Amino acid sequence: MKNSVEVKKLSFNYGKEEILNNLNLDIQDGEFMVLLGPSGCGKTTLLNCIAGLLDIDEGQIWIEDDNVTWKEPKDRHIGMVFQSYALYPSMTVEKNLSFGLRMMNTPKNIINKKIEKASNLLQINELLKRKPSQLSGGQRQRVAIGRALVRDAKVFLFDEPLSNLDAKLRAELRYEIKKLHRDLSNTMIYVTHDQIEAMTLADRISVMKDGLIQQLDTPKQIYNKPANLFVAGFIGSPSMNFLNAKFDKTNQNLIVGKQHINISKYENFNNLFDNQEVIFGIRPENIKIDNNENAIQCNVELVEPMGADTLVWTSIEGKPISIRFEGSSNYYLNDEINISFDIKKSSIFDSQSEERI
Amino acid sequence: MFLKKNIGAKIALLPMIIISLTVFVGCIIYSFIYSLTNSKLIPVFNYVGFDQYERLFKTRKWDVAVENIFIYGFVFTIGCLVIGFLLAVLIDQKIRAESLFRTIFLYPYAMSFVVTGLVWKWVLNPTFGIEHSMHLWGFTWFELDWLVNRDLAIYAVCIAAVWQGAGFVMILMLAGLRGIDEDIWKSLSIEGVPKWKSYIFVILPMIRPMVITSLVLIAAGVVKVYDLILALTSGGPGYSTTTPAMYVMENFFSRANLGQAFAASIIMFISVVCILAPWAYYEFYFRNREAKA
Amino acid sequence: MEANGPRPKHLSIGRIGMYCFIIMCALFFLMPLYVMLVTSFKDMDEIRSGNLLYIPKSLSFYAWPKAWSQACTGFVCEGLKPGLVNSLKITIPSVIVSVSLGAINGYALAFWRFKGAYFFFGLCMFGAFIPYQVMVYPLLKIESALGIYSSLPGIILVHTIFGMPILTLIFRNFYASLPIDLFKAARIDGGNFLKIFFYVIIPMSTPITIVAVILQVTGIWNDFLLGLVFAGRDNQPMTVQLNNIVQVDYGVVEYNVDMAATILTSMIPLAVYFVSGRWFVRGIAAGAIKG
Repeated sequence: MKNSVEVKKLSFNYGKEEILNNLNLDIQDGEFMVLLGPSGCGKTTLLNCIAGLLDIDEGQIWIEDDNVTWKEPKDRHIGMVFQSYALYPSMTVEKNLSFGLRMMNTPKNIINKKIEKASNLLQINELLKRKPSQLSGGQRQRVAIGRALVRDAKVFLFDEPLSNLDAKLRAELRYEIKKLHRDLSNTMIYVTHDQIEAMTLADRISVMKDGLIQQLDTPKQIYNKPANLFVAGFIGSPSMNFLNAKFDKTNQNLIVGKQHINISKYENFNNLFDNQEVIFGIRPENIKIDNNENAIQCNVELVEPMGADTLVWTSIEGKPISIRFEGSSNYYLNDEINISFDIKKSSIFDSQSEERI
Repeated sequence: MFLKKNIGAKIALLPMIIISLTVFVGCIIYSFIYSLTNSKLIPVFNYVGFDQYERLFKTRKWDVAVENIFIYGFVFTIGCLVIGFLLAVLIDQKIRAESLFRTIFLYPYAMSFVVTGLVWKWVLNPTFGIEHSMHLWGFTWFELDWLVNRDLAIYAVCIAAVWQGAGFVMILMLAGLRGIDEDIWKSLSIEGVPKWKSYIFVILPMIRPMVITSLVLIAAGVVKVYDLILALTSGGPGYSTTTPAMYVMENFFSRANLGQAFAASIIMFISVVCILAPWAYYEFYFRNREAKA
Repeated sequence: MEANGPRPKHLSIGRIGMYCFIIMCALFFLMPLYVMLVTSFKDMDEIRSGNLLYIPKSLSFYAWPKAWSQACTGFVCEGLKPGLVNSLKITIPSVIVSVSLGAINGYALAFWRFKGAYFFFGLCMFGAFIPYQVMVYPLLKIESALGIYSSLPGIILVHTIFGMPILTLIFRNFYASLPIDLFKAARIDGGNFLKIFFYVIIPMSTPITIVAVILQVTGIWNDFLLGLVFAGRDNQPMTVQLNNIVQVDYGVVEYNVDMAATILTSMIPLAVYFVSGRWFVRGIAAGAIKG
């Protein structure tokens, strides 16, 4: 498959501060790529570099086999949707949609056709005569997407488009954007700090931190096989449980204080060496109640019912551990429970490099 | 009970309430009442109806003053707004030495009207001023005799006033421009809209509140113009640059014609109200209603 | 060459034109200040024969001491020195009184709302727009009745009155932007009107107080009309004396002395402006933006 957007050896500095350093990223044609990371990780900077809104310091950017490194934003065949909508407040929705086209002297009948198509697609026909101030947040964002649509962009860039909306609207628009991508099958690059958006929308996610791509993979892989401790902790809510441990090769055990966890079933078991200091990571849903002899005994310290499931908090060797049960649970404060881990679904990281083993 | 609640705040605001009532409201009422009398040196209540106003409108000097204030108001307001906006846009272009330029454009605003008037009086001096400089440079056709020209002297006042006030408008407009969401500029840049079109079609409507505020503040200052003209032309040549404010002050303090002065000052007050009323209506009534809708 | 790295920078014609234009504007704005300075260092011969825009051939320091202590206003020839002293005597107490009043008004309006308070605030703001000419004479009558017309307390009171609307406004806007929870917490802790003001609000008011003080110092220093009418002969501020010195009707006009006097008069506000430009700008913005 051919690449739609290629970022080659990109560096960007803000003053003396290095934001992006020698970054490479290939995005396939029609792919929905999500750039995910905490604030200040460089994801928005990367997006602005691709759009040509920031002047890069080194490297190249290619869009549709065209080197656009020196091109103006308007010549890059992109459409962009912003967190603050960036609608022109003095113009009606219709004028907002057509403004860019009018400025480039596009014939009127073509403009009208494009507006009609976009407004049908986004169901904003009713709103065309209104001003942005008379629209709800969700409607505004639809118009903003529409403005990108009428430009016939090859690549859509989304800069945290849903962050200003409340939870319910966010879910609604997420669905809309996903449908839009299904129907248009354009390349889309989407920046967010919200992992649920990332998981639900993305074909591939690139998790970023400190200007570096930590992991670039499908949502499933990122969730199940996080490449390092940062990704493991960042993805998933409630977050993955971590235990500091030492590997005992003879008994195939991880030693956590007085507790022993047998990890002979771990996929990369053979890569571990004796006495290696590791961090054992296990997601809350991969911990089971188990009464066999290897189970670890602990006390229920807190119960958080969350509707669809219940989170039970306990601790091992002083480290808090959360366990997720489907539905409601029958455990109460101070109950004694025995738990065991689904080792096949666990992750083990080297404590020095923090990389997954 | 009424007194007990918030007693501290009520006592604290007492000076404001007293001043508002006695000075701001009281003085207007006082002036209006005595504008209906024929008071000369001291205010005496000798009712003559609207005679003073009639006389005022028949006075040639007052006509000139009103005409001047219209010319001055128009040129000064438009000049300040246009130049102020232009300077704000230029400063907003990520230029080098931005703060130096900003400092240069605003420093006249720190000077008093008297100083402004005196400086320009010297610069425009027909014998030793700019005209003289140009002649020394060989531009002998150059003429800049505004200060001694009855028809042009008022424009000299305008130049001095715009020089002093444009920086003020620039600062207000710049605050507006800096308040524009960065994303709007990004969006315009992606749509390929040229800079000047962006400013006219998108940015200017967005900073409309700032434009209106500047307009109102500048316009309200127009009626008050006094010290500047006193320093620059003393109302001359003849009385060709006299203004309503000067007319009032003259009748109060040098001509001992209190009734005339009161009547003229009331007209001044009414014209300020006429400038402010539409704006106040928009600001407090219309906007509130819009916010509720 | 393949596009790589940063966009090659070339100054466009538009940008060069823009710089030319802005530099020309800057020169226009600077010209009067420059002319003032060079004129004050020239002697009268050079002023009469030379070019207004040229720097002095030889520095003459004749004008400055004369403007400072010998120039005549009417019959007295003491220069601007007494004016400076008067201006200080007027400005310092006026600034202290008016800023304090503005602060306490703003505080009362922002936190201790009671019925009718905003009506009077509106009335007070309206006062900011009334031309002085309407109020000058009646106010003069009020001050005469109080026995303070033509005196230092008289002019201080006038500056306090006319400074009140804008100061109340900027303090109120500043206090309204503070978290109201802070005020609620202070009330739950048992603070009353004055205690909260002194222990909670004043310590947080430094920035807005600086803005207000700068606004008032320049405003009062630059005032002419009120000083002329209310200060009385013995307390005439610098601006009034300057005008008297320059506008004398007799004798030889000494332009260099006039310009030196003009610079002396604008020295304080210019110094305030150049030292604290950022606060000056904030003052303008704070006064103009309605809360």
